[in-house]
This record gives sequence, structure tokens and C-alpha cells, in this order.
Amino acid sequence: MSLGPYAPFIVTSYLLVTLVVLILIAWIAIDYRRQTMRLRELDASGVVRRSGRSAADSK
Amino acid sequence: MTLTDLANPTKFLSLTARLLPWLAAATAILLAIGLYQSAVAPDDYQQGATVKIMFIHVPTAWLSMLVWGVMSLAALGTLVWRHPLADVAAKAAAPIGASFTFLALVTGSLWGRPMWGTYWEWDARLTSVLILFLMYLGLIALWRAVEDPSRAARAAAVLTLVGAINLPIIKFSVDWWNTLHQPASVFRMGGPTLDRAFLIPLLVMALAFTLLFLTLHLAAMRNEILRRRVRALQLIQAAQAGRRSA
Repeated sequence: MSLGPYAPFIVTSYLLVTLVVLILIAWIAIDYRRQTMRLRELDASGVVRRSGRSAADSK
Repeated sequence: MTLTDLANPTKFLSLTARLLPWLAAATAILLAIGLYQSAVAPDDYQQGATVKIMFIHVPTAWLSMLVWGVMSLAALGTLVWRHPLADVAAKAAAPIGASFTFLALVTGSLWGRPMWGTYWEWDARLTSVLILFLMYLGLIALWRAVEDPSRAARAAAVLTLVGAINLPIIKFSVDWWNTLHQPASVFRMGGPTLDRAFLIPLLVMALAFTLLFLTLHLAAMRNEILRRRVRALQLIQAAQAGRRSA
């Protein structure tokens, strides 16, 4: 596969899309870990939801 | 599980946990197929190899509008039906939509430089997409600025519906005004004008990016539900601490 004289434009486009998608995935994964950790901490401190379930219970 | 069951955040979380691995796997497989087809697609007789930028530029551009469309439906859900997940869906979609719009602008710019001789032109299509990007940023800022989630939800829903006016402007800008940007070549009266060698990889990539959005959106909605649960529990904790100290 030869990209010709415009290879830098094509490669930069694909790398940029890859980078932004990876950042989005990492941001969502880190946010999930942060929220579940906070819920576990609240659970450990004895706070319960109005429904009576524990903080970390998502079922 | 019925559709009304999804109004319950706890049931939604349970469904999301089951769906996400399958969606992520389907996205990865389709992306791999789409990227392979894009790599082996022939060069265009006029544009040469730069036509490969189309396989990522067009899906991100379509999604930039589709995500705002999803947010507009969610805004109706917030304002009309007061659906408990509507604002969660809109808030979770905004950063993803902003990212796709940013990518559409930058990849378009990188495609435009070798083809048009310029990275940017203040024509109707490019300017209306830039406005869409700024509206995404404005909405994200609004959600961050208003502390009360229900007040933020209503304000954001109104702004989203007002912003939806920009969607037909983006779509038809190439027909209404003289622009550097080419007219529609896939979704148009009379069918696509693209050759199958380009159309098939483009549609596969578009489907892959749509699945990617769905996967990221569900995961971000799950995070937003958990964030609101944390906030509610922190308020309960603060109230309990206040009663103890009184």
C-alpha cells in the first residue's frame, strides 16, 4: 500500500482518530473506577440508599 | 424486560453490564474489517490516496450530527416526559459528540489541504460544523456550571433543542450555498454516486463508528448514573452528620 506524496496527511488523520478514541475509552474507564470506588467508600462508612440498599449495590 | 423497565436506573445498569462486552467486541471486529477494507481500497483517479481520509472523516461527521440528534430526543424526554434517564443520556453523549465533531473538523482540514489547497475556509459547511462543535462545548460547560442536576437538565434540554436548528443547516448547506465542500454523495435523491469500491468500506466504517458511539455512550451513561448515586449518598451523609452534630 503506497500512500504517495500525501502520506503525512493520511497518517496524521488516522493517528489522530486513534488517539482521540483511546482517550475517550480511557476517560470512561477511569471515571467508572472512580465512581465505583466512591460508592464502596460510602458503603464502608455505613451510608445507605433511601431504598435501604447498600451504596455499592447496583442490582 | 420491557422498554418502560429501562426507566429504572438500576435495571438499566444491569442491562448495560450484560450488553457492554458484546457491543465492545462487535465494535472491535467491525472496526478491524473496516480498517482493512479502507487500507486495500483503490486510490481515487482524482484524489489519489487521500480518499482514505474519507473513511474516517465521513463517519465522524455523520456521528457529530447523529449524536446531537440523540441528545435532542433526550431533551424532549427531559422536558416532555421527565424520563429519569433522559438527562443522563444527553449529558453522557455530549463529550462523545464533541470528540467526533472535533475529529470531523480536523480530518476534514487535513483532507482539504492537499485537495483544496487550504486547511480552512469560512464556507457554510465548515462554519456550521464549527458552530456545532462550539455548541457541544457550551452544553458541557452549562452542565458543569449549574450544580443542581434538575435545573441544569432543563436548561441544557432547551439549549439542545434550539441547537438542533443547526442540523438541517449543516446537512443542506452544500445545496443552499456555494461551498468548497462537495455535495452529498451517499444519502441523496437518486442513490449514492460513490463507486462500490469506496462505498462498502465507508458504510462498514460508518457502522463501526456508530457501534463505537453506542458502546461509549452506554458506558458513559452507566458512569453518570453512578455519579448521581454518589452525589445523593453524599447529601444523605452530610445530613446525617448535621443531625449528629446538632
